[in-house]
Amino acid sequence: MTIQLSYEVVKNDFFKAGEASSNIKKVLRQLGIPSDLIRRVAVATYEAEMNIVIHSDGGEIILLVTPEKVQITALDKGPGIADIEMAMKEGYSTAPQEVREMGFGAGMGLPNMKRCADEFEIKSSLGNSTEVTIIIRI
Amino acid sequence: MNLKHVQQLLDAEILSGEAHMEREVNTVFACDLMSDVLSLIEDKTILLTGLVNLQTIRTAEMLDINAVVFVRGKIPDHETLKIAKENNIVILSTKHILFTSCGILYNNGLKGAKLEYK
Repeated sequence: MTIQLSYEVVKNDFFKAGEASSNIKKVLRQLGIPSDLIRRVAVATYEAEMNIVIHSDGGEIILLVTPEKVQITALDKGPGIADIEMAMKEGYSTAPQEVREMGFGAGMGLPNMKRCADEFEIKSSLGNSTEVTIIIRI
Repeated sequence: MNLKHVQQLLDAEILSGEAHMEREVNTVFACDLMSDVLSLIEDKTILLTGLVNLQTIRTAEMLDINAVVFVRGKIPDHETLKIAKENNIVILSTKHILFTSCGILYNNGLKGAKLEYK
C-alpha cells in the first residue's frame, strides 16, 4: 500500500496556514498510524508548512505513506536560503515582526523538524527553490 | 486533575469542547511563543497563553494538547472557535493574568511540562 497526496500552500495566507498539516494528520489517523508517530509527523509538517507561508513564494506539501515510512516533502518556489547552516541554528530567524507577533519566527522551525524526523534533508540555495524532506519510519 | 477542575480553579468560561471536560491533565505549559510550544514532548498538557489566533489552535491540534486556556479574558474570533470545535479542542477563557493562572494551578498540584533540549 502506497498513498501519495499533495497540498498547495499559499504565501502569506495565515488563515489557511496549518490546513495541509491538519489534513495530513487526519489521513494518518484514518490509516491507523500510532498516535506518537502522528504527533511527530504533524509537528514537523506544520513547521514546514508555516515556513512556506512565512518565507517562500508559495509551494506544496507532499505526503507519501508506504508500509515502512511516512515521508513529508515541503517544496517551495523560492527564493531559497542563503546560509543553510545558519538557518539550522536554534534561535536564528529572518522572520518579520508581524510573524513574530503571531507566535512564530523564534528560529526553532528547522531544528524542530529535524528533532521530529528519523531522516531529515534540506536542499536550497539563494535564488532557487527549497526542498525539505522529512522521513519518519513506521 | 481533569479539565473540569482546571475550569473551576481558574473560574474560566468554556468556549469550546464542553463534552470533553473529563479529560485528565498531567502538566501545564504557559507561553506565547508557538515555536517553543511545538517542541513539547508530552501529551495530556494544557496550554496557557495570551496569544489568541488561529495558529494557537493549529499548534494545539498538532500536539494533541488537551486544552487551551486564554488568559486576561481574551476571547478568540468566531472562525478560530469554529476550527477548535471541529477538532475537539477544549478552549477556556479566564480573567486571571498568566502569572496568577499558573500560580493557582501550581498550588493545586499541577507541574510544568517538559521540553526536549538538545
